[in-house]
Amino acid sequence: MNINWSNVFDWMMLLKCFVTGGLLCVIGQILIDKTKLTPARILVIFVTTGAILGGLGIYKYLVDFAGAGATVPLTGFGYSLAKGAIEEVSQNGLVGAFIGGIKATAGGIAAAVFFGYLASLISKPKMKKQ
Amino acid sequence: MNPIETPKTYQDYVDKKSPNSPIIKNCFNAFWVGGLICSIGQIILNICKERGFDTQISGTIVSILLIGISAFLTGLNLFNKIGKFAGAGSLIPITGFANSIVSPAMEYKSEGYVMGVGGKMFTVAGPVLVFGISTSIIVGIVYLIFNTQSITLV
Repeated sequence: MNINWSNVFDWMMLLKCFVTGGLLCVIGQILIDKTKLTPARILVIFVTTGAILGGLGIYKYLVDFAGAGATVPLTGFGYSLAKGAIEEVSQNGLVGAFIGGIKATAGGIAAAVFFGYLASLISKPKMKKQ
Repeated sequence: MNPIETPKTYQDYVDKKSPNSPIIKNCFNAFWVGGLICSIGQIILNICKERGFDTQISGTIVSILLIGISAFLTGLNLFNKIGKFAGAGSLIPITGFANSIVSPAMEYKSEGYVMGVGGKMFTVAGPVLVFGISTSIIVGIVYLIFNTQSITLV
């Protein structure tokens, strides 16, 4: 299969992606350094914020602008959840609210469970303090 | 050395002597590592699109690959070195989600493969899923009730 590498390395898109993804991480870093929030809470805040912004239709513009720069950070995970729920609701009504979110993110969640378990099995428990 | 007279000069003196707040450095590292991870995701996404997958499936492939890679890097004790350096740069992308599953599972491996590894996998990822999925259900219901373009722009 032919791959057009100039489409793969679309530098303008990569730049927008790099800057947007980087800035989202800087927001997280400021939350870590300036507040007493634990990383777990920051992850929860990012996913929930992404889902709310996705539901309001705002996050879509960021995805259109930055591609993976907006979908790879955890806000993008929340966005996919909300987007899936909305799409499924518009097709199947109320039951769609319960189906759509996980349906849209099923691949990621299943991969996280499966690879997470495998990786834990092969890992050597090592004391972190050297 | 001049005597320190006013609180202002004292503050200046303290600022000069104390090490620079690492927040600028942390943010810089978070910025470029996070940006790099997203760019890798974008390159995988572009390759998938070139091979004829639609956007939804391409995005899923990106998530699966990034999650798989970071899960195994965590298992090999490499990810925490990146994390120490990059802070939020590796935490906020989906790599941090995989890391948050593997790290506690590794630590509780001694408690067994079912309740130790299988149970503790979700100490951090559990809340993320609970709040993420619950929010998506609420978003879906709200969309159903206010099924107009003015409330939900999607």
